[in-house]
Amino acid sequence: MTGMSGSGEAWSALLPEAFLLLGAVGGLLLGLWTPQQRQWRVRVLVTVACLASAVSAALALPDPAQRVFEGTWVVDTTTGVVRVVVALGVAALVWLAAPSVAGHPRETEAYVLMLLGALGTVALAASGDLLLLVAAYLLASVPLYALAGFAKDSAGTEATMKYYLMGAFVGVLLLVGVAALVLASGTTGYSELAALLPESSPVLLAVGVLGVLAGVAFKAGAVPVHFWVPDVTAGTTPPMAAYLTTIPKIGAVAAAFRLLAEPFADLPLDVPLLVAVIAAASMTLGNLAAFAQTDVLRLLAYSTVSQVGYLFMVVAVAARTDLAVPALAIYLAAYAVTNIGAFAAVVATPAARTITDWATAAAQHRWLVVSLVICLLGLVGTPPTAVFVGKLAVFAAAWDGAMPWLVVVAAVNTVASLFYYLRWIAPAFVGVPVAAATAEGSVGTGARTAAGTAQTVQRVPVVVLHAAAAMSILLGVGAGLWLGAV
Amino acid sequence: MLLTVVIFLPLVAAGVLLAAPRLGGRAAVGVWVAASALDLALIGWMWWRFDPGDGASGLVDGLAYEADLQWIPTVDAGYHVGVDGLSLPLLALTGVLFLACAVYSLREPDRPRTYAALFLFLQTACLGTFASLDLILFFVFFDLTIVGMYFVIAGWGHGNARRSALKFFLYTFVGSLALLVGFIGLFLGSEERTFDMVALAANPPLADSPVAGGLVLLAIGLGLAVKTPLFPFHTWLPDAHTDAPAAGSAVLAGILLKLGTYGFVRIAMPILPDAWQRWAMVAVVVGVISVLWGAFVALAQTDVKRMIAYTSVNHMGYVLLGLGAAGLVASADEGARTVATVGAMYQMVSHGLLTGALFLLSGWLWSRGHSYAFDRWGGLARPAPVFAACLAVAAFGSLGLPGFSSFIAEFQVFTGALQAAPVATVIAVLGILVTAGLFLLTLQRLLTGDTVAPEEPDAGQETDAGQVQEDPAPARAGGGTAVAAETRQTTRIRDLRANEVVAIVPLLALAVVLGLFPRVLLDVLEPAAMAVVELVAR
Repeated sequence: MTGMSGSGEAWSALLPEAFLLLGAVGGLLLGLWTPQQRQWRVRVLVTVACLASAVSAALALPDPAQRVFEGTWVVDTTTGVVRVVVALGVAALVWLAAPSVAGHPRETEAYVLMLLGALGTVALAASGDLLLLVAAYLLASVPLYALAGFAKDSAGTEATMKYYLMGAFVGVLLLVGVAALVLASGTTGYSELAALLPESSPVLLAVGVLGVLAGVAFKAGAVPVHFWVPDVTAGTTPPMAAYLTTIPKIGAVAAAFRLLAEPFADLPLDVPLLVAVIAAASMTLGNLAAFAQTDVLRLLAYSTVSQVGYLFMVVAVAARTDLAVPALAIYLAAYAVTNIGAFAAVVATPAARTITDWATAAAQHRWLVVSLVICLLGLVGTPPTAVFVGKLAVFAAAWDGAMPWLVVVAAVNTVASLFYYLRWIAPAFVGVPVAAATAEGSVGTGARTAAGTAQTVQRVPVVVLHAAAAMSILLGVGAGLWLGAV
Repeated sequence: MLLTVVIFLPLVAAGVLLAAPRLGGRAAVGVWVAASALDLALIGWMWWRFDPGDGASGLVDGLAYEADLQWIPTVDAGYHVGVDGLSLPLLALTGVLFLACAVYSLREPDRPRTYAALFLFLQTACLGTFASLDLILFFVFFDLTIVGMYFVIAGWGHGNARRSALKFFLYTFVGSLALLVGFIGLFLGSEERTFDMVALAANPPLADSPVAGGLVLLAIGLGLAVKTPLFPFHTWLPDAHTDAPAAGSAVLAGILLKLGTYGFVRIAMPILPDAWQRWAMVAVVVGVISVLWGAFVALAQTDVKRMIAYTSVNHMGYVLLGLGAAGLVASADEGARTVATVGAMYQMVSHGLLTGALFLLSGWLWSRGHSYAFDRWGGLARPAPVFAACLAVAAFGSLGLPGFSSFIAEFQVFTGALQAAPVATVIAVLGILVTAGLFLLTLQRLLTGDTVAPEEPDAGQETDAGQVQEDPAPARAGGGTAVAAETRQTTRIRDLRANEVVAIVPLLALAVVLGLFPRVLLDVLEPAAMAVVELVAR
């Protein structure tokens, strides 16, 4: 909070974003002059841009927090972590998507859109101004609509339609909310809002808070605006599902965190309680809905809804405890790694859609199962994985922020979540008896589909899965090393 | 450093096993045996070099082999391990029992490499839990034991293994999360905001807020009670035991249950002394109910393994009775409370050895007849004399006959608890009578009378297995010397194999040694128990 900086300094503060933008524009141009079969060049360029962005963001992490461009763009620990995680996540996701888009007529466009969505996500996390928040919301939404329907099949089109309509509707709510807050205070900057909002009319405040929170909750996929998550996840291709359920969520949660920490910190309304209720509802409904899923993608979709619930716990106590910022950083990174890993397991067996299919396909690949078990147990929060450290930090922060009831709700939900993750782990580990395939269907692991019986396992996604599993454990065991850097 | 090697040596061996897919099954189990033996030797070396001290020492001072590294700096959790008189006997018990399981599983036919790797992983988790001096580290290892045991039951169990494994995982996971919530409560309630047990025990958190202290103790107690298990949280235990493989059951009963009771001595009592004193009577009552419930329900079982499982509930009840009595500061002097605590600790070691042996012996029933039902077996003393002898020794040990370790343990628990809680103690003595009766009944049903054995399910021949020939083969006269040809004989029951004898007899021998020469263990236990009693009395 060092006030405004000169424009020379300001540009250098945006170096990581500049790399992402350069990567997107450069990739588009390169793609135009590259033959159809050699589009992997674009993939390499995009990866390099992501890595450059991540490195420059990591180097900037220890710097003191600053607000550039008249306070609209905040560069602090939260932004820094989001930059690194998003850039590295997109780099991994580009490779995860490679097998399914390689040779596709619009291959370049896919990579470029992924980069632009990442840019929007970082903008969400960094915005210190309501209008920038709206712009970031659009930048993190529009490319994603195109990505969701990238395959142009009927399921993908339906998913895109739902995603788009819901996004447009919530976008209007967001605009209404921003308008109400501007009416109430006459300003859009977070710092001024924090000072002016507490004295404003409660009705305008309520409308404003609800609208703005609806916007970020939609991007995060939190209850009650989570309906797009399972449909889009199951409708689009698995790598795009991994992207849609990982990248925008990171930015949205960071944006919600910043809102709660700054403009909404001292309102006459109990905003933290509202967010806590959203968190509790997300984790509970996400878990309950995941119980009966037999489709691995829908199961993971609902699991991401419940994960957002845990993330919103720390959002609720953003202004109340010093433990909140590190907890958010840990959990965001841990969630991104683990979720990408779990989706990579699905991408690796492209024809397997049900749990039984997956178990059959992975039966001959012991290490695939081991890595999947690590990722899924990681999502539960089993030590020593990264999500465990994240959960520990989040629980401690929530309790310290005077919400012990939320910790109890989250603990109960963690146990509940174990149940459906085990429904996937058990057949994968023990194996599916051939004769019992129909019986398996009756107990809910899903029938074996015709496509699922003859399976190949793809190489690149498997590498991503193993890397994610290893990262998950390394981030957990080595928490002291990298947290010291943050 | 030595302690770290001891903890992670099995894990490294497990990694080696997983990374070497060419390794044959027998070689893999050989690696397992070697790693466990080496680990046990290192633990023996640690015991040899361990100086228990003269007066009260343990936890807040007198820690040996300490190592302390930062892990999660934002919440001050670290890799802090160390050994004192409380943890050393349990580390040794872990080493002994896992080695016994390794030897016992030499002929494991089903995916032996993964099996060995899982058990080695489990051993690291158990050793780590006992050595932890940091709440989060304790929780990490505690949770990993659940994960490891889940895969053992789900992958190698029989009967309704998947369902039992799921029940076990969910049930104990509830407990472990309650534990985590309690730990976070301790962290936030402490002045210096730390998860370090030594710091917390030196300066107990929540001392001036009885309600918060009580609630945190409730959360921790709930978590540990599920694991121990105490009435009414024991219902996962019989299913998990019945469907687990024999070695899995032995580890589950012998080691994993101790994680719960150890948590009471290590965490609940020294770190929440106020709350423990206030609620000690609850621990006594729950302990006595577990004693009686376990004994009477065991009496009603028709399945050998379920019966042994319920006697575990009974035996863990004595531990809680002793620990609860140690908290009744107002009504007993320090000497009596120390005796009760020592008895409780002694019972943990003794139960680990005897129940481990009993479960390994029950594995014999499954491997020979695929049944644990009492009414399918009878008169086994004649065809399987070594089995019969081992079972008799284990049963007499478990019922608390003088000369066995459990006698020393239960005698001390009752002596120590009598002054503080006379009524509860007298009621609990009833439990001994019932267990004595049920173990004698077991011996009578299984060993005496006409020889009865279930038909071999895999032989599929028309031979009548109900009437077994009476002449024990001369080849087995030496007590199960290794027989080369492994032909399934439907008319004869094969006695314990050599590797099974080598696994089981040392456990029983140790139980006798600890019953005849208790000073070996008491020298280590007593100073630590005195320290705990002093910490509780603050």
